[in-house]
Amino acid sequence: MSEFFAMGGYASWVWGAWGGSALAILLLIVFVLSERAGAKARLRELEEDED
Amino acid sequence: MLSYFSNPQRFDVLARYAIPITGALATGLLIAGMYMSFFASPPDYQQGDTVRIMYVHVPAAYMAMAIYGAMAVASFIFFVWRHSLADAAAEVMAPIGAVFTALALLTGSLWGKPMWGTWWEWDARMTSVLVLLLVYLGYMALRAAIEDRMQAARMAAILAMAGVVNLIIVKFSVDWWSSLHQPASVFRFDGPTIHASQLWPLGLMALGYTFLVAWMVFYRLRSRTLIQRARSLQSRREREGLA
Repeated sequence: MSEFFAMGGYASWVWGAWGGSALAILLLIVFVLSERAGAKARLRELEEDED
Repeated sequence: MLSYFSNPQRFDVLARYAIPITGALATGLLIAGMYMSFFASPPDYQQGDTVRIMYVHVPAAYMAMAIYGAMAVASFIFFVWRHSLADAAAEVMAPIGAVFTALALLTGSLWGKPMWGTWWEWDARMTSVLVLLLVYLGYMALRAAIEDRMQAARMAAILAMAGVVNLIIVKFSVDWWSSLHQPASVFRFDGPTIHASQLWPLGLMALGYTFLVAWMVFYRLRSRTLIQRARSLQSRREREGLA
């Protein structure tokens, strides 16, 4: 197992690249989801005022 | 077909189906791709385990270019036929493309340092990809800077179409100039030159990235409908308030 994480001595490069990619993609997904949630909340707010 | 789906209601129906399908495909492909990247592919005989960086680097670079290409096509459609959905598509794609371009540069750097001995080289491939990132950022800044939405859309479309020149330079930079970067080894006229054990994880990851981006684009386009409705409600309110 530790051999796997060592990546033949290149651990920081390999895990750095994969970790950075995973983090950036997760943040993008969070942004995409929260954008919809934010828009829904705003619309609800505006429509409630309407009544 | 294009004008068929430029109708917002019809597009909404399409997106309703496309979101769960692209989301599920992306999840499955990325899980399979990750498994193959780490457990079912060998270390390279020269590069050792750093070759596994390729499975996130190449798909990111491919998305950086593919998203830009899609943005340019959408901008052209908007510019010629004035389909507002095409403009919306270009707009929602820009930040996603910028993130994948930044990822291509980051993972490239993390691969270049141990294998080439340098984080960065001002050669044609790397510099043109950096320019691609700047074009994405410029596109977003331009849209944000112009208040008149129609004018912003038209000017952004011109910028996106002009930027295609740089996209061509990115693609052929490795053939036209001497570069530290290797030339194409997958999309070649004579077929891929990398071994199947590396082509499989690469292909799965690239397809996974493609469906993930498709999911994001459909999802953001549906959110945009809500954002626009809120915006028009608010401007109506403001007009009534002033009146």
